[in-house]
Amino acid sequence: MTLPPVAWYTLEAFIVLNAIILLVTYVTLLERKFAARMQSRIGPYYVGRPHGWLQPIADALKLMIKEDIVPAAADRGVYNLAPIVFLVPCMLIFATIPFAPELGVADLNIGVLFFLAVSSLEIVGLFMGGWGSNNKYALLSAMRAVNQIISYDLPFVFAALVPVLLAGSLQMSAIVTAQEGLWFVFYPLIGQLAFLAYLVATLAAENRVPFDILEAESELVAGFRVEYSGMKFALIQLAEYAHMLGTSFLGALLFLGGWLGPGPAWLGPLWFLGKAVLIFLLVTWVRWSFVRIRVDQILAISWKLLLPATIVLLLATGLVVATRGAGGP
Amino acid sequence: MPDTLTKQVVEVGYGGNERLMMNMGPQHPSSHGVFRMILTLEGETVVAVDAVIGYLHRCHEKLGETLTYVQYPSIASKTDYVAAMTSELAYVSAVETIAKVEVPKRAQYLRVIAAELQRIASHCLWLGTWCLDMGGALGGGATVFLYCIREREMVLDRFEELTGARLLYGFHQVGGTRYDIPPGWDTKVRETVDFIERRIDEYEAMLERNTFFVVRTRGVGVISRELAQDVGVSGPLIRGSGVNYDVRRAEPYSSYGDFDFVVPVETAGDCYARYRVRMVEFRQSIRIVRQALDGLPEGPISSRPGVKSVGQVRVPKGEGYARVEGARGEVGCYIVSDGGPKPYRMKWRGASFSNLAVLPHIVPGHKVADVVAIMGSVDPVFGEVDR
Repeated sequence: MTLPPVAWYTLEAFIVLNAIILLVTYVTLLERKFAARMQSRIGPYYVGRPHGWLQPIADALKLMIKEDIVPAAADRGVYNLAPIVFLVPCMLIFATIPFAPELGVADLNIGVLFFLAVSSLEIVGLFMGGWGSNNKYALLSAMRAVNQIISYDLPFVFAALVPVLLAGSLQMSAIVTAQEGLWFVFYPLIGQLAFLAYLVATLAAENRVPFDILEAESELVAGFRVEYSGMKFALIQLAEYAHMLGTSFLGALLFLGGWLGPGPAWLGPLWFLGKAVLIFLLVTWVRWSFVRIRVDQILAISWKLLLPATIVLLLATGLVVATRGAGGP
Repeated sequence: MPDTLTKQVVEVGYGGNERLMMNMGPQHPSSHGVFRMILTLEGETVVAVDAVIGYLHRCHEKLGETLTYVQYPSIASKTDYVAAMTSELAYVSAVETIAKVEVPKRAQYLRVIAAELQRIASHCLWLGTWCLDMGGALGGGATVFLYCIREREMVLDRFEELTGARLLYGFHQVGGTRYDIPPGWDTKVRETVDFIERRIDEYEAMLERNTFFVVRTRGVGVISRELAQDVGVSGPLIRGSGVNYDVRRAEPYSSYGDFDFVVPVETAGDCYARYRVRMVEFRQSIRIVRQALDGLPEGPISSRPGVKSVGQVRVPKGEGYARVEGARGEVGCYIVSDGGPKPYRMKWRGASFSNLAVLPHIVPGHKVADVVAIMGSVDPVFGEVDR
């Protein structure tokens, strides 16, 4: 039996979407347990023994049945649309990620470009949420969001372009294939610096501490989502974690060799997942050990340090590729 | 729903020159109780701050006039509930000044131990909540907070063994203390302070080597020496601004003259200086506790043993003021007695109240994020501010 291509893609997208949502829910549990260990706590425990494995489900159910409150002064249209506008790009980024050779929705020949372009669209939904809530905290947070994400998208893109240059392709599967000899994170000097820049920019793009000035609950209560409740809040949370997971997958793919690893081929997706989770945990580790920095300092780090550094790095990579040729060392 | 409500729109200029009024508190994650700041913002910069207090006013001083000298000490702890021992001590010291009551040496030492342990517990809470303000409940701040609370719990356990209570103790009474230490308690206290001393090293390593923490606190919220003296701040705030003033040293009470300790002074006057002062105070408090335990004399714990009724302590006509060095600064208690079983008039000098008065002078010009950092470094307790 052969399915028409449209139905086939729909089915694939459906499966990937649900897998991602399930993964995202359980990534929250992982983060909570990890943070709890860092803070000498136990973390979720009682909802589903052992170790609260039902906690994410319970949280999702709770958020679904909560009352949905729309502030009287909110701009209803914008306010209601914002979570969806925020969620869609965060989910769309998974479309181009190949989880193993030939296993993914669409392995575009401009996959990395698509990923970077779509992931920076999330700012629209974020700003809509902050603006539509008609709340001063949310508004300030939305302003900060625009500031921060514009500042950090450039270093993010430049850092991600280093492996692209090294591999000589924008196609994700080609980048992984190029790493068969040597993962790009082990590429002398350039690889490590690019990975570091990628991690820092990732932290900022995901609004994690120390760059979580948009959420900043001790200043702006909860930032742009202060007025959201129930399902809309759940969508925003889902989008944030999906974005985090997406950038972790991209990091694993660009720098850690994607599904490459010892063992039979069917282990590939597991290797990939493991590497992505490793990056996720690295980001979480930073998150739970730093204090937040100020908005002007964040911008200074980006424009005065990270952006020039990544440009120089990109130039250096270009030189290396020009002299030694693309496709691994 | 009234039609005007739906059409209300907040106007903000894109140039950042138009001003935005923003309420911080009384219900806000970093309001440290019920403090309300009305901030006027230009973009992210604070141009004016209007501090509103009084949300926790409980007529505490009037209440003090309706309770006898035996009843009130346990209520006195409700002014500064984070460092309850010190306010009790201020009250009983004021009464003792009027009545010219001699306090036995053992009771004086016990008071010192309690006060210094209380300072450790209070500073633990300060460090935790301050980092929580700067680092967020979903970030590194929460980690420091939970570590600090873990250590504070140990001190509270010692207090529970001593008095049976964990927050509001009723440990002091006119003429001495109400309880003697239980057997084995001193060993436990020594273990606790040893443990906490090691933990303080960890905190310092975790915070001072963290560039983000340093850039958030250095040069933020500078209180100049002159400003500190004009406004009348005390405690770690004034010592962070280069003034060597500590009531324990300036006017030793309760045998503080017997102990060897250092009064830390920093000259920078910023949040980081106040942080350093408090970190040194942690260690000095531990030193004092050890010395007091070593030299704890034998003898009675109160010069007025066996108080049978709440009205039994009578104080001659007169007035008296006593001040002690609390965790947040100078805590004073002024009592006028008409010879009856209750004070005729009483007045608190809350350290937090005077310290808070410095906020409108130092906050303008900073970013919103700095407001919470400055607020946390002032370390107010609103039970003491509003009373």
